[in-house]
Amino acid sequence: MQAIEFKNVSFSYGDGESRKEVLKDFSLTIKKGSFVALLGRNGSGKSTCAKLINGLLVPTSGTVTVFGMDTKEKGNLFEIRKRAGMVFQNPDNQQIASIVEDDVAFGPENIGVPRKEIKERIDYALLVTGTEEFRHSEVARLSGGQKQRVAIAGAIALLPDILILDESTSMLDPKGRREVMDVIRTLNREKQITVIDITHYMDEAVEADEVCVMDNGVIVAQGAPNEVFAQRDLIRKSGLELPVSAKIAEMLKSAGLPLQGEILTKEELSEKLCELLRKN
Amino acid sequence: MRIVAEKLSFTYNKKSKFKVDALKDVTLTIEEGSFFGIIGHTGSGKSTFIQHLNGLIPVEKGFLTVGDINLSDKKKIVRKRYKELRSKVGMVFQYPEYQLFAETVYEDVAFGFRNFFPDADKEEEKRAVFETLALLGLGSEYVNQSPLDLSGGQKRRVAIAGVLVAKPEILVLDEPVAGLDPVGKNELMKILHALHENGVVKTVIIVSHDMDEVCENCTEVAVFSEGEVVLSGSPKDVFKNTKLMNELRLGVPITGQLQDSLSEIGVEIDTDFSRDDFVEKVVEYFKNSK
Repeated sequence: MQAIEFKNVSFSYGDGESRKEVLKDFSLTIKKGSFVALLGRNGSGKSTCAKLINGLLVPTSGTVTVFGMDTKEKGNLFEIRKRAGMVFQNPDNQQIASIVEDDVAFGPENIGVPRKEIKERIDYALLVTGTEEFRHSEVARLSGGQKQRVAIAGAIALLPDILILDESTSMLDPKGRREVMDVIRTLNREKQITVIDITHYMDEAVEADEVCVMDNGVIVAQGAPNEVFAQRDLIRKSGLELPVSAKIAEMLKSAGLPLQGEILTKEELSEKLCELLRKN
Repeated sequence: MRIVAEKLSFTYNKKSKFKVDALKDVTLTIEEGSFFGIIGHTGSGKSTFIQHLNGLIPVEKGFLTVGDINLSDKKKIVRKRYKELRSKVGMVFQYPEYQLFAETVYEDVAFGFRNFFPDADKEEEKRAVFETLALLGLGSEYVNQSPLDLSGGQKRRVAIAGVLVAKPEILVLDEPVAGLDPVGKNELMKILHALHENGVVKTVIIVSHDMDEVCENCTEVAVFSEGEVVLSGSPKDVFKNTKLMNELRLGVPITGQLQDSLSEIGVEIDTDFSRDDFVEKVVEYFKNSK
C-alpha cells in the first residue's frame, strides 16, 4: 500500500475575489518507507501539501489518502493523525506544556499510550534529539533551535509511520541539523518511517531518495537528486539553487579547471579536486 | 557608533533552579562601519547579547557602551536615553513578519515612524515610509496591500522597513534569512549590503548559523560558545581554527573543508575562505603545477 496518495487535488484559500488557488490538479504518490524532499520557493504550495496529508486542510476537489484512508472522512482523522506526525517551522506554534518532558508526553498521552510506555518513549525521543539535558526546563526559556529539537522529539514520541518536517531544522546550527537529520535518516531506514522533508536547504535535499520540485501549485520535477539537480534551468526557474558544493564546482569549471562529471556533494567535489590536483 | 562590551555577564532566572548563565565575561568591540557576524550554537548567548545592545535586557554585570551611551550606568539619566538608543539601534528579531499587525503595509511601517518621530507631519511620514520601502525593494504598489497577502520574503522586508524607518545607525538582525527560499535569501542579503554600502545604516550585525553565509558576507566575526566569546576577527582569522570550530559544533565553510582535504594530500592553498578566493587559488595552483 502507498503511504500517501494525492489524486487530482486542487486546493484554494478564501473565496470570491480573494480566492487563491494553491494546488492545481496535483497528483503525487509517496511509497511507504521512502525519504522524499519537497522543494520549491515560498508560496509554491509545499506547506499546503503537508497540511493536506494529516487533514488539517481538506482538498477543494480530488482526494488525499493516507494508508488508504481518505482525509475527507472525519472518522479517519484520529487514525491519520496518529500515524502522520508533523513538525512545523515555528516550534512556538506547537508547544503547549510549560516543561519539556510534559510537552513531549502530550502527543502519546493524547492517543492513549499506557503510562509506562510513555516514559520509555519520552526517554527515547529526548535521547535521539539530544534534548535530555532540558528535560525539566521550561520550554519558554529555550532558544529557538532547542525548541525545534523539542518539537521534533514530540513528533518522534508518537512513533508515527509518516514524519512530515515543514522547515523543521531552520533554526538549528549546522551540526545540530546534521544530527537531527541523521536521527531521522536512521528512523527511516530502521523503522521504515516515511519521511517528507520540506526544506530550503539544497544540501539536505541531495541526501533524500527522491526530490520533488513544486512551483505554482504543480510538480515541475521529480526524481533522484542527481537527475533533478542536473536540470539547471529548471532549478533556477523554480526559484531554487544548486547545493553549495555544486555551485563551487560550477565556478571552478568556468574559471578553467577541467573538473569532470556531475558534482552535487562536498564528498564528490573533494574527491574530484584531490584527483585533479594530485595528478599534477 | 562603536559598541564596546567589557566583561559583560548575564544570568536568567537568577534565584530559581532554572538559573542559566547566558553571558559570561563577554568582551567584544564592534567597530562602526563593519558588517558583523555573530555565530554560535543554539543557546550560546547570541540572542541575549544582541538584546543588550538596545537595552531590552539591562546590563546586570560588566560594561557596555553604544556610541556615547553608557548602558552600564544605572543612574536614571541613562534610562531616559533608552528611547534615543532604540532609535539608533534597530532590532530585527527572528521571523519578524510574525509581528506585522496593521491592515496595510503603509500603516505597519508608519507605526514605527510615529513611535520615534511623534512630532512629524503627515507629509514627512509619507515620504519616510515610501523611501524606506523603496530601499527594501518594495515599490509604491505595495503600500495599500495587506501585509498578509505578500510572500514570505516580502513580509519580512516590510517588517525590516518598520525598523529601518526610525533611521537607525546600527541594524541588528537575528537570523535574517532563516526560513526564506534561496531567491528570497539572496535578495535580502543583497539589500542588506546595499543599505550598508550606501550608508543608510553604518553598521550591520547579523546573527547566523550558516558558516558559508557569514564567510561570504561579513567583514568581522565573533564566535559565541556557552556564553563566552571564544574567537573573533576576520572570517579568515576565525575559520582557520578548523579544529576548534568543529569542537564547537559549528564547523567551517565548505571552502575550508575542501582546503583541509587538499592539505591531507599535500596540496596547500591559503585562502580567505571566500568562494571567489578559493576558486582563484585552486585554479592558480593547478596552472602552476602543470
